[in-house]
Amino acid sequence: MTLSRRSFLQASAALTTTLAAPSILHAKTDTIRIGGLHDLSGAIDSSGVPMDKALRYAVAELNAAGGLLGREVEAVTYDPQSNMSLYSQYATQLALKDKVDVVFGGITSASRETIRPIFHRYKTLYFYNCLYEGGVCDRNEFTLGTTPAQTIAQLVPHVMGLWGKKVYIVAADYNYGHISAAWVKRYVEENGGELVETEFFPLDTTQFGSSISKIQGAKPDIVYSLLVGTAHLGFYRQWAASGMKGEIPIASSSFGGAGTENVMLTPEEGNGMVVATGYFPSVDNAANASFKAGIKTFYGNDAPILGEISEVTYESVKMWAQAVSETGATERMGIIQELEKGKSYDMPAGKVAIDPDTHHTIRDVYIAELKDQEMVIQKTFNAVQPSDTQMVCNLSKDPDSNKQFEISL
Amino acid sequence: MDYTVIVILEILRAISWLVILAAGLAIIFGMMKVINFAHGEFLMLGGYITIMSHNAGVPLWISIAVLAPLTVGLFGILVERLVIRHLYGRIIDSLLATWGLSLLMIGGVTMVFGNTVQGVSTPLGSIAIGAYQVPGYNLLLIVVAALLMAAIWALLRYTSAGLIARATMQNPDMAETLGVRTSWVYMATFGLGSAVTGLAGGLLAPLTGVAPSMGVNFVAQSFITVITGGASMIAGTLSAGTLLGTISQGVTFATGPVWGDAALLLAALVLLRVLPQGITGRIFRKSL
Amino acid sequence: METSLHRDAGFWVMIAIGLALLVAGPLVWDLFQIMQITQYVVLSVYVLSLSYIWGFGGILSFGQAAFFGLGAYTFSVASINMGETTFPFLLAFGLPALFGAALGYFMFYGKLSDVYMGVVTMVVTLIFWKLINHTAGPEYAIGDARLGGFNGIPSVPVLNVPGKPEAWLDPGQMFQVFMAILVILYIVLRTLIASDFGRVSLGIRENETRAALLGYDVRRHKVIVFAIGAGIAGMAGGMWATYQTFVDPNVFSLEMSAKALIWTMAGGVGTLAGPIIAVVVLQYLSLKLGEMHVLNNNFILGGIMMVLVLLVPKGGLPTLRDALVALKARTPAALQR
Repeated sequence: MTLSRRSFLQASAALTTTLAAPSILHAKTDTIRIGGLHDLSGAIDSSGVPMDKALRYAVAELNAAGGLLGREVEAVTYDPQSNMSLYSQYATQLALKDKVDVVFGGITSASRETIRPIFHRYKTLYFYNCLYEGGVCDRNEFTLGTTPAQTIAQLVPHVMGLWGKKVYIVAADYNYGHISAAWVKRYVEENGGELVETEFFPLDTTQFGSSISKIQGAKPDIVYSLLVGTAHLGFYRQWAASGMKGEIPIASSSFGGAGTENVMLTPEEGNGMVVATGYFPSVDNAANASFKAGIKTFYGNDAPILGEISEVTYESVKMWAQAVSETGATERMGIIQELEKGKSYDMPAGKVAIDPDTHHTIRDVYIAELKDQEMVIQKTFNAVQPSDTQMVCNLSKDPDSNKQFEISL
Repeated sequence: MDYTVIVILEILRAISWLVILAAGLAIIFGMMKVINFAHGEFLMLGGYITIMSHNAGVPLWISIAVLAPLTVGLFGILVERLVIRHLYGRIIDSLLATWGLSLLMIGGVTMVFGNTVQGVSTPLGSIAIGAYQVPGYNLLLIVVAALLMAAIWALLRYTSAGLIARATMQNPDMAETLGVRTSWVYMATFGLGSAVTGLAGGLLAPLTGVAPSMGVNFVAQSFITVITGGASMIAGTLSAGTLLGTISQGVTFATGPVWGDAALLLAALVLLRVLPQGITGRIFRKSL
Repeated sequence: METSLHRDAGFWVMIAIGLALLVAGPLVWDLFQIMQITQYVVLSVYVLSLSYIWGFGGILSFGQAAFFGLGAYTFSVASINMGETTFPFLLAFGLPALFGAALGYFMFYGKLSDVYMGVVTMVVTLIFWKLINHTAGPEYAIGDARLGGFNGIPSVPVLNVPGKPEAWLDPGQMFQVFMAILVILYIVLRTLIASDFGRVSLGIRENETRAALLGYDVRRHKVIVFAIGAGIAGMAGGMWATYQTFVDPNVFSLEMSAKALIWTMAGGVGTLAGPIIAVVVLQYLSLKLGEMHVLNNNFILGGIMMVLVLLVPKGGLPTLRDALVALKARTPAALQR
């Protein structure tokens, strides 16, 4: 089946070149074009809009510094409207019609798995910038967000040291939630703790009363949340309303990745939560200071709320641009080989390097406590490996890999 | 023992919630046989009004009980005059138009208020029952559901406006002949239904927070409650809410939220097979 | 429309357009356009499933997505397990048709009225959507195919030549196969509508009681029509899965059901060509909107839908036809010859 799939890919690649040949002549050569695919309307626009803004800001910054290779950079962006068929259409359009050199985008794993094979097939370099469940193994894609093992491995021992050994997991009922829950279980047990119960919630659940009662009955030391999305914010609110705030503390490695959740909860509801991601606006370094100041001046009152997903989007553009400057061309294989050297880049989130075997990042992970809607960093872990994806993916050995592996524990 | 009390309270809370959620839709559907597919977005609008006005300094209870119903009610009247009025007797067209309206409202609210809005903490603190604690707000929901049903019942039963409304519902042509401006009755009904939905949105906001796309999470539940309830506004909503709320919460406690939702849907299917006109198509037929 | 089929010019025009596109398309278009138009073809097959049962059988379904999704998942699971796509493609028609027959039996023999039937079909779709979203855990696998919950099933096989699992269709060939399916489907449906069976359907649509009094078994008849529609929707689902090489629970979404309603409405209930045109126009519009960054796209699409319902209540094609007829009537008789 692998063989036949490959022959199909070759066939369609051949078709591409023959059919696409005439329009290459028309393509503009004076600007460097990059693509962006983020949901600007629909159910997950609250994540898509900040990412899109970060992308545009990064491009503006490049152009302000004289562009790339002396040419202006132009962002071609589309709004897939949280709709998978539009994702696949725009992806095809970016690859075949706009002929961009690289594409940044995709938010949910479903959207990534819709467009990743398209970029692979048409040999268009692709950066995916969201935290996700891990396991993508594709040499054409660079995955810059954190994976569960990176954040959970740090957060679980930290909060168990603070609060105790009995853990109760509440998680979103989809792949990210399931895989993350499995990692939490593993680290709880490795650290001598006890997992009381894991409960999964459909992504549209808004009422958590019955589960909160169950948790009250189970009396854990820690509630570990892997809930996602705005509907699930109801959990924290109803948790506080049940008077559980201050009774049992909450830890989460899914909260705060978008950077918007902490602003949507009131201080009374959010205070005291301990969370872990790859970036918080409060990270203290020169790159972050200028990133925050720059994007604030650029957008003024419309400045996006920053979180891992928007910082990583900015990071991805900068990283790609540096690789272009180094190699002196936008040619895909050249960029891939340059980034595979595993150089360390100074980014707002700290030092970031590409792991050549997985095309994921080796990066700093931060643990922070939520205080009055601000993330106050308590602990920093340097150069954390994407150990989950490393278990299943080795692109040095299998450079033709083109799938997302299931990481089972 | 404590746990039993908690389970019963949660079931009551679920029933009340379904009743509050569906009441506005039941008024509109029961009176006018118009399917308002933008019901979830009316709810969302009520939630937004509540939270935005509260963040602007208005006391929370006034936002919930006055501003949200008032604004959404007026908006409902506007929608009725501009759109729905032209679509009476055309169920499918009204459904499609209101579906368009729902998209329009999602986009409009996103543009006006944005999609990242700070919520409001749930008021009223918590109540301890043995080893458990429940939000005091849950009790409020139960009381509001009861009051709401009583108020609608009294309105229909004892006021002349209610009499006119019931007459129009039973036989619009006859009512028109007797001097009732049915078109005004419809406008008022749609406004009232919208206002009740606005109130539901206001009540929901401190519990879950708001987002432009939140409506879709509630629209199916409301419809199913109204349809399985059947033609009678109050008896239908109450009986369907009780039955479906009990089943879904009971199953949620026993197994988890996924099967709770599925049980609600399956129960509705079976019910409609047995009682094709809804519960009040066969039982409580003479009630309001 | 109910006149003899072979004398209907519109019928032949549609077939001619279809065949012309089928032959010339891959030669003229670039790859992007081919993929684009293939999508319109798949969705056209989907919309015909509803246009047929609603316009020519009087059955209003809010749950075409249930069959569409069932077909998509059936195809995906079966083809991943079997390593070839011909039998799974047939299955994508057969299984939803069977399910449609069962659901139709449940509804029509239960004498559900219109609105209630709409809700039942909607509820069934929601149940599918809920349950398929719940299948993220590794325990939910059918053979080699993990159902994947919210994330869906990646790497759904591309259609292959029957009997040759190694011979994958390239995008141009896939377009031709799908276009052929659409043309055949159009011919079959038009023939069916013009047949005795179709006349009875129309009779039932117009007056159910009268049809029953004339001795027709209305319930059985409606079950058959509904099952045919379900099968077509399922087949479209299978085409969708192999076209996208990916399937996720969105195929079961309310939006997917509502889209079929909107396209049928916009194109005109009681026509087959109208909804196809509506698919092309509205999908193209939504694509173009996503390229612009003017206003929120939900806002614009919603506004357009409302205006459509208010101003063109009969749907595009019938309105156009009426306008032409009116124009002709106004022209002096002498000019007409």
